[in-house]
Amino acid sequence: MMEILEGSHAVAEAVRLCRPQVVAAYPITPQTHIVEALASMVADCKLDAEYICVESEFSALSACLGASAAGSRVYSATTSQGLALMFEVCFNVAGMRQPIVMTIANRALGAPLNIWNDQQDSISLRDAGWLQFYAEDNQEATDLHFIAYRVAEDHRVLLPVMVCFDGFILTHTYEPVDIPSQEAIDAFLPPYKPVNILDAKNPMSLGMYATPDYYMEFRYEIDQAQKRAKEVFAEVGAEFAKQFGRDYSGLVEGYRLEDADMAFIAMGSICGTVREAIDEMRAEGKKVGLLKIRSFRPFPSEEIRAALSGVSKVAVLDKNISLGQKGAVALEVRDALYGSEIDVKGYILALGGRDVRQADIKAIAGLLEKGEGDQFFGLRTEVL
Amino acid sequence: MRELRIHGRGGQGSVTAAELIAVAAFEDGVYSQAFPAFGVERRGAPVQAFVRFNDEKIRLRSQVYEPDYIIVQDSSLIRDVDVFAGLKKGGIAIVNTERSIPAAVPEGVRLITIDATGIALEKLGVPITNTTLIGAFAAATGEIAPPAIRKALMRRFPGKLGEKNVAAAEYAYNLVKGEA
Repeated sequence: MMEILEGSHAVAEAVRLCRPQVVAAYPITPQTHIVEALASMVADCKLDAEYICVESEFSALSACLGASAAGSRVYSATTSQGLALMFEVCFNVAGMRQPIVMTIANRALGAPLNIWNDQQDSISLRDAGWLQFYAEDNQEATDLHFIAYRVAEDHRVLLPVMVCFDGFILTHTYEPVDIPSQEAIDAFLPPYKPVNILDAKNPMSLGMYATPDYYMEFRYEIDQAQKRAKEVFAEVGAEFAKQFGRDYSGLVEGYRLEDADMAFIAMGSICGTVREAIDEMRAEGKKVGLLKIRSFRPFPSEEIRAALSGVSKVAVLDKNISLGQKGAVALEVRDALYGSEIDVKGYILALGGRDVRQADIKAIAGLLEKGEGDQFFGLRTEVL
Repeated sequence: MRELRIHGRGGQGSVTAAELIAVAAFEDGVYSQAFPAFGVERRGAPVQAFVRFNDEKIRLRSQVYEPDYIIVQDSSLIRDVDVFAGLKKGGIAIVNTERSIPAAVPEGVRLITIDATGIALEKLGVPITNTTLIGAFAAATGEIAPPAIRKALMRRFPGKLGEKNVAAAEYAYNLVKGEA
């Protein structure tokens, strides 16, 4: 049913519909409203789950790992410093192949302390083995949770997923969202069927020590599962589209790219503002388009190559920076397009919540036309 | 697309006002979006919240810089904050004050002043002006209608508290309608 609600509450509703059996999380801005809502649902018997109150994010994800290893469907949510505190556990969850779904309410990392949005937090965990999906609006953030559990728990994948949506910009925004019925989600997302579980009656070990004779093969297996996740994501997305009429089957999604000379590449809520700017530039006769990246892990290199085949210039918008290098998305897009003639320029913007307007997107198009890029955009030079 | 910017002080319910206006607009079949100017708000500090109204899905995610409407919950803000910044020509400013406002109103802007604090004290018993100003906003702009306001308020504040807030909003609505 279509209703108007806060992004965090839409996500909490989505999580409830997924019927997680264990939720462990530690509140942190701007994720707090999600876990508050889930705690209320458990207290009010609207969600039949064990809600574990923990003293830190390290414990939150550790509790999730144990519960998942025991065969439960598990959920957590965090952001920024909280995700940083989970760093070690994140690698363990993927290494033990536990299909945990965790929402990331994307936020900048300190120091200096900053509670506002960028995507440095999840991007910094890109090598942990988790799949990472980014939502453009609250409908997509809601729907990606249903898809995330299906993909994570698929026996061809068995990897955890971060569903990333921009802190405040989406988490604290009220907008209309269609919340599916429980019956419809039950039909789409059956109960979790684990392959192996920790069971005292049938003892086995998990996440044990691997010597140099075996460790590399474990890493190889995770990489293979990431690659298989592409196909599974497309399959599950197509099935979701059939049932619910909203299509997320593409790891990337193009907008007005058909005859474009120039394309933006972006992830998350900024894509909406980019679409608005593209419509304005199109009206002025500029052939521009957008390629939105929905799945950052696995990274859609082939899909990007195919989508940009007719384009000559690309502006990659990064709400993160690999300090001493460039934005993470720009680097990976350049790798995907290696050997092509396409001119790829990166722009670091919106760090720590700096607002982005249509005029900024148009200004970046102007820089790209002049061949200027691989730079910060919107710096206040007067305070430097 | 039309845009509203609400100026208030932390604790005055500006974010709640934005939410309620968006909910009422949605009830009336309009696509709406409400969000705060995100911050670590303290009681008394200047805050802002925004609402967008559109006939189709809203994609834009930037803050509001050139509003069609502004609501000022506390006229003492006008000394500290340029509340009229970017307000469109032909725009509407709704200011809570019992006196004249301490600043020049930009040309082409329709100013509506209302003693929302007095109305809130009478109808609610507390100087929380957000729901009163929602009524004034509805009357001045036509973006939302009283039945939708009632629905939004009763959903947010079920029971007696909701009824009191509806009374405050409707009183302000009729007052501003009468003056128009």
